[in-house]
Amino acid sequence: MKALIAMSGGVDSSLAAKLMIERGFECIGCTMKLYQNEDAGIERSRTCCSLDDVEDARSVSYKLGMPFYVFNFTQDFKNTVIRNFIEGYEKGVTPNPCIDCNRYMKFDKLYERAKALGCDYIVTGHYARIEKQNGEYVLKKALDETKDQTYVLYSLTQEQLAHIQFPLGEMKKTQVRALAEQSGFINANKPDSQDICFVPDGDYARVIELHTGKKSMQGNFVDAQGNILGRHKGIAHYTLGQRKGLGISSTEPLYVCKICSQSGDVVLGGGKELFGNEANVCDFNWISPSSPKDTFRCKVKIRYRQPEQWASVTPTGDSTVHITFDDPQRAITPGQAAVLYDGDTVLGGGTIK
Amino acid sequence: MNCLNGCRNIYIDNAATTKMSKSAINAMLPYLDGIYGNPSSLHSEGQKAAEALVGARERIAKCLGCTSRDLTFTSGGSEADNQAIVSAARIGEKKGKKHIVSTAFEHHAVLHTLERLKKEGFEITLLDVHENGLVTPEQVAEAIRPDTCLVTVMYANNEIGTIQPIAEIGAICRERGVLFHTDAVQAVGHLKINVTEQNIDMLSLSAHKFHGPKGIGVLYARKGIPLTNLIEGGAQERGKRAGTENIPAIMGMATALEEACENIDKNTKKLTALRDRLISGLSEIPHSILNGDAKKRLPGNVNFCFEGIEGESLLLLLDDKGICASSGSACTSGSLDPSHVLLAIGRVHDIAHGSLRLSLSEENTEEEIEYTIGAVKEVVEYLRSISPIWRDLSSGKKKFIIK
Repeated sequence: MKALIAMSGGVDSSLAAKLMIERGFECIGCTMKLYQNEDAGIERSRTCCSLDDVEDARSVSYKLGMPFYVFNFTQDFKNTVIRNFIEGYEKGVTPNPCIDCNRYMKFDKLYERAKALGCDYIVTGHYARIEKQNGEYVLKKALDETKDQTYVLYSLTQEQLAHIQFPLGEMKKTQVRALAEQSGFINANKPDSQDICFVPDGDYARVIELHTGKKSMQGNFVDAQGNILGRHKGIAHYTLGQRKGLGISSTEPLYVCKICSQSGDVVLGGGKELFGNEANVCDFNWISPSSPKDTFRCKVKIRYRQPEQWASVTPTGDSTVHITFDDPQRAITPGQAAVLYDGDTVLGGGTIK
Repeated sequence: MNCLNGCRNIYIDNAATTKMSKSAINAMLPYLDGIYGNPSSLHSEGQKAAEALVGARERIAKCLGCTSRDLTFTSGGSEADNQAIVSAARIGEKKGKKHIVSTAFEHHAVLHTLERLKKEGFEITLLDVHENGLVTPEQVAEAIRPDTCLVTVMYANNEIGTIQPIAEIGAICRERGVLFHTDAVQAVGHLKINVTEQNIDMLSLSAHKFHGPKGIGVLYARKGIPLTNLIEGGAQERGKRAGTENIPAIMGMATALEEACENIDKNTKKLTALRDRLISGLSEIPHSILNGDAKKRLPGNVNFCFEGIEGESLLLLLDDKGICASSGSACTSGSLDPSHVLLAIGRVHDIAHGSLRLSLSEENTEEEIEYTIGAVKEVVEYLRSISPIWRDLSSGKKKFIIK
């Protein structure tokens, strides 16, 4: 059996490669080149971090004795992930490009490439598990819940799940680092990636302005009654629940409560106004082919690092659901994902409207 | 991944680099083994090396139609391009001339140097190269302004092989008093070149493109053109390029160049026939198109686009069949960048993505060409059979770009 290992240059995917080789697979390492320095607003003359990552992945592949390729998917990445990211911010929502990247790049574009090369599996270093139960594939949380990444994997289809392996799903991060060190990998102690890869300094607004060639929509900070509190820097600079960097003085702490992409207004308010119980979710993917029709109880996660919350979920269409949380939730953010769990099994997920 | 076809190994990527010729290797050996002196040393070991250097310079000058003092040895084509352009810019700057004319499909060694100068305040005009991959002398004449300090146009393109009207462009530049540089990395050893007759002021070449060693090249600069140093240090190369000379490589380069120039008629005849057979064979593939003018191209260059195909997959599967080819230009990461050359001749992104460059050498055989045609046909058909884009194209959901 042949496996294509998607290598980021980090320690997780490196160890995933090693484990696949130990399991007897014929492995090919690859790194996707997703953006040019220019796309991230880094000067071309500077060696960008992504080039260093490629070299790390190459070094590990060499050590493991597997062929290594770099695939240039910059155009596809720009047309899907970066475009969605920009359109999201222009609409005043807060998109999660890592989810899109898994969906459009790793498990679609790269899967296609794997097929062309005669590979049976795509392998990544994600912390998640795939099991087969009663003839269908089930996506489950990693055993190490602190590292679980199923939140960004909810869009997987049965066909994709049949051709993916997550060798780290049952491992602890500390174990992974120890094994990587034992194997003499160059990146054994490399820190985990934090930022969005094409926004290396966390300055989203700058990258968006770079791509669109114009300033993000300007407008006013207003209060709930519509009174103008001041000018803001452009709507892309703000996300729901944000408190820092508003530059508006007030006796009470102020938070971003709403972003209106029509008027350009950014509504500020106290902490209380941020709480809500309801969420409409679109573009919903059910992992199981037999999705529920009626309201049911489950746990829901509405951002990456947040405990799951009990809720009642009602399917409202083929790819839409309505969620009612038991307890009010702070900053249910349009553009972010809502992912449904039954114990450690992922039921599905979609984008908060 | 090789060795599937009885260890077949067909190397048709000679524009990337060439196999070294036996005589070039033999010319190098004595300088790796016995004659290891530093040509700057006074003693007899040094003198032997210095004599070798003089001899090699003479022989190379003869091949280019210039005198040996006009040649500066560099680490290769990229360094030569850099030094030529920067030198011309510095000369221009002193006279207040800060405009440079070039083309949209130059090698990155040229384009990136121009970009750097642009940041310094130079104005750059990049000429359109049309769908056939050719600029005209008239375009150059129109682009030259009173403040133009340099025209730099490549001799033959590295990807699509098109040959530019260098002598005519040189004549125009001479007449208008503008320095003319040509990046001749793909042309030297493959086309007849005489810098004096062709009005070339500066020319860059690289040994490994004509069966010489890697890491060595030449910058020709006509007498009287002051060069700006890129590398400071000792007084080698008349103070214009510091660093102890790479004598073995220089010896290999001189021999390889002589050999290439001696056999140029014979090789051209053979390569042209192979090239034209390859072009006609690949043209049979539906929705394919030849890139660059069919005739005004290097005798060994074939470049096609196949709709609905990704170049990277095509290359890896050809490699499986024992064929070493290329697509686009190799990027620093080892991935393939969508070719700026193909975009410059008007191929849209989707099409440029599915390109294949085959660059022949005189060692390739007719049988290899037939095998290659068959293999490309097979791989293209296979990749299309599993491509979602192709599905959309053949079902009419998307429109074909290439007829």
